[in-house]
Amino acid sequence: MDHLSYHRSFWLILRYELLIACRHYTELLNPLLFFAIILTLFPLAITPAPEILQHIAPGIIWIAILLSTLLALDKLFREDLQSGALDQLLISSQPLPLLILAKLLGHWITSSLPLILLSALLAGFLQMAYPAIKVLMETLCLGTPLLLLIGAIGRALTLRLRNSALLMFLIVLPFYIPVLIFSTSAVMAAEQGLSVSGQLAWQAVMLILALPLAPWATAAALRIEI
Amino acid sequence: MISLRHFLAMGGYSFYVWSAYGITFAILSYYAFASIRNYKRLQRRLKKLLAQQPQ
Amino acid sequence: MWLWINKFAAPKNFYQIAGTIIPWTSILCALLFLYGLIGGLILAPPDYQQGDAFRIIYVHVPSALLSMLIYISLAIAAVINLVWRIKLADIIIAVSAPLGAAFTFLALSTGAFWGKPMWGTWWVWDARLTSELILLFIYLGVIALRAAIPLQESAARASAILLIVGIVNIPIIHYSVAWWNTLHQGETLTLTGASLIAPAMLHPLWAMILAFICYAKTIILIRARTEILRREKQSQWIQAFLRN
Repeated sequence: MDHLSYHRSFWLILRYELLIACRHYTELLNPLLFFAIILTLFPLAITPAPEILQHIAPGIIWIAILLSTLLALDKLFREDLQSGALDQLLISSQPLPLLILAKLLGHWITSSLPLILLSALLAGFLQMAYPAIKVLMETLCLGTPLLLLIGAIGRALTLRLRNSALLMFLIVLPFYIPVLIFSTSAVMAAEQGLSVSGQLAWQAVMLILALPLAPWATAAALRIEI
Repeated sequence: MISLRHFLAMGGYSFYVWSAYGITFAILSYYAFASIRNYKRLQRRLKKLLAQQPQ
Repeated sequence: MWLWINKFAAPKNFYQIAGTIIPWTSILCALLFLYGLIGGLILAPPDYQQGDAFRIIYVHVPSALLSMLIYISLAIAAVINLVWRIKLADIIIAVSAPLGAAFTFLALSTGAFWGKPMWGTWWVWDARLTSELILLFIYLGVIALRAAIPLQESAARASAILLIVGIVNIPIIHYSVAWWNTLHQGETLTLTGASLIAPAMLHPLWAMILAFICYAKTIILIRARTEILRREKQSQWIQAFLRN
């Protein structure tokens, strides 16, 4: 393993991650189904009136995205822990944050990308119109990697505990608040025909900050013995 | 005792002012009391354990 | 200097030093509370706008300040614990996290008792209130994480990482909430409506802030001593200490 370049080990991990996901593709459908069901509940619980739905749609979609992302994150590192692949990663000579980044990219492609595509479809069901949907897609593309990066820290901290999913939700959700605020306000501003570049820039800044820092914190958390 | 009544009335805001002070000092004094009690209790228990075991 | 820190941080020395400090901080704390309460509740004149309701400031502002101060010291202790593996840092984290949560809760509830007569509502989604609520959630998350991890060493490192992630995020959260708030409501409610604060009003406030700090220090020292007793009960010095 020692002669592997960083570049090559990154791609190896990514490929491995995608292969595993393809072999268990039915598991990937669960968060999507959860997302669709949550979106269905809101019109039933609040109102089917188009003008109200249109107003609250960005908030509904983003809350559903947060929950579905966390639900999908629950299985990150878990199978690796059970199969012993995680120990291999921990003792590998490659930098652990880099490998985590590769895993997260794989996770984003297999879990977040389908969610983004599905929300484009379901946004229409919530009476959202074209320019708002386009901005929604932009916020999702910038926001979901951030959700994964932050969530991975919480996942790693609670990984070896029993009943860890709820604890992970409690720890991670407060840190999702800035993503939620900037994303939904961008979509709402787009609905009113206002400029959204400020919100998107903030999201980009947060993403750029999280890209080096979060995998590092995740690596530190994974190294804790329990 | 007009001045005491005046003091307790807090210019008509008595409920809010005394509730805020009440909850603050209830929690602070309980916390202080519990901290000291826990310390004493643990010290007593350890001393007891120590007395039971041979030197 | 370095040697001195290490010596101080050894549980045995800390235990003894804390034991001698505690009576002094408690006396100081009691005196400051006495002055602050007399000054705040009796001597200070009623506010010209808020009447006597402004007196809630003397418990509200110190609680809010302490909720943040304790978080900052927790994060510093977390860094110390992760970098130098000083056991004392984790003991401090273990005993001050619940205290920080308690002050956050107090800041929110006294704020509600102030908000009701002034704004006509117990709660508004004001930037500061919302940030404080999120701070409470973060405190509770740290406590829950510590409680869930059975191994002490692991609990220490996990909560240290979470605290550091928190201190990086709290300014971002606060900024985003402030930004969201100005977007949603035209005018923002400012908590410190009393802009002209007379010395008779200000001195008791400082006294109360110092009293709260002394209180927190005393409690943390007492609880740290308890925690040291619990963790080191097998050690020679504790047994020697308990025998006499």
